[in-house]
Amino acid sequence: MSLDPEQSLQFSPLHRLQWEEAQQKYVILYPEGMVELNHSSAEILKLCDGAHKAADIVAELEAKFQASGLENDIHQFLSAALQNGWIKHV
Amino acid sequence: MSETNPAPIHPGIGAPRWLLAELSYKCPLQCPYCSNPLDYARYPDELSTEDWKRVLTQARRMGAVQLGFSGGEPLTRPDLIELVAHARELGYYTNLITSGYGLSEEKIVALKQAGLDHIQISIQASDPVLNDYIAGATTYLEKQAVARLIKKHGYPMVLCVVIHRQNIEQMPGILAMAEELGADYLELANTQYYGWAHQNRETLLPTREQFIAAEKIAQAHKEKVAGKMKIYYVVPDYYEDRPKACMNGWGSTFLTIAPDGVALPCHSARELPGLDCPNVKDYSIEQIWRDSRAFNLFRGTAWMQEPCASCDEKHKDFGGCHCQAYLFNQDMHSTDPVCSKSPQRWKVDAAIAAAATAAQAAEQPLLFRNPKNSKQFRPSGNE
Repeated sequence: MSLDPEQSLQFSPLHRLQWEEAQQKYVILYPEGMVELNHSSAEILKLCDGAHKAADIVAELEAKFQASGLENDIHQFLSAALQNGWIKHV
Repeated sequence: MSETNPAPIHPGIGAPRWLLAELSYKCPLQCPYCSNPLDYARYPDELSTEDWKRVLTQARRMGAVQLGFSGGEPLTRPDLIELVAHARELGYYTNLITSGYGLSEEKIVALKQAGLDHIQISIQASDPVLNDYIAGATTYLEKQAVARLIKKHGYPMVLCVVIHRQNIEQMPGILAMAEELGADYLELANTQYYGWAHQNRETLLPTREQFIAAEKIAQAHKEKVAGKMKIYYVVPDYYEDRPKACMNGWGSTFLTIAPDGVALPCHSARELPGLDCPNVKDYSIEQIWRDSRAFNLFRGTAWMQEPCASCDEKHKDFGGCHCQAYLFNQDMHSTDPVCSKSPQRWKVDAAIAAAATAAQAAEQPLLFRNPKNSKQFRPSGNE
């Protein structure tokens, strides 16, 4: 499945995104497994809330971190997240 | 520090991440490769609801996040829903590892309301005759119905099929069944030969040719269903030349609590002699994890003998599996004999050859896992 810029993204109902106090990081939880996330990955996934499209996520994070040129990195991560089933198109 | 902060752990010792709660050894099935100890019938005591809640709370505070409710059959515990609710409130990702037998739609809904995240259901074969024979109970049709109900109620579902010589040639049928039932994950778990499976090894171990053919089919299917169903393929380590990194390293990640409260570094460790595992009725999880002899015994590399001690792969596989070393060499400190560097590797090859010979002959009867058969075995650790 490839990233569709026209569609909003949501976090998969078959996975859980959770802050882990003991590890001081966000993790993705799924049947018998866990992925530890770095800060930027977690920021992207938190915006996969069913209301944001890829471009909205880029705009919001560029504003939040006062940065530019994040589009490629964010698109790359979202494509991988779709492949892994962590997020889906609404 | 606030109360939500993790308990401090001694330097060099990580925190448990995976807690396996074996709620009961009771089970309506009799699978001849069960991972419970051979003499499980000698341990009928079960922790109380309050004991379990305390264990869950203490382990979560240390950083455990994946929680498996297992057994035996966890559905035999009348307080299962209460324990799931408690675990979910603590922030665990809760997995129910069940035969599916006796799981009503009403209970599936109640467990969902309590916060259960995922159900793993086992099916023994892709046809009813073999399924019911291996399970030692008429369960095939009910399991199929339960699998559909699990998906109907929105759970992620893992379908677990334990693979052995009796069902390995059904691989195409097993793959088709998993797709048809809508499994999100298919775990093709080649039998690991401990306990009951070890007793039945000559009848269960596939030949090398069978294993290669089945793996080829499964790997090809993996690509075909990518994006729809994930296939986990657990290799049979007898056919490898390096041991598995058992439990991701002893006392590093996994913590099992047996039905009677005995804390184990691995669910098979009860069969190791003299391990003297502590009980959660006597100690806190933190004391057990950090201070007990049993959990410290194989941490690090100081315990290793040759060829492990001077091996440049020792940080990769941690010397392999201690239960396997014990079963083959009667020495749990020795190198896992699966390793081609082990001077005892010939014993694994002999077991493979014996199973191949047995495969040519009339099949031997299986020793089924039930209380009557269990009582013929002496208590663990006294062998």
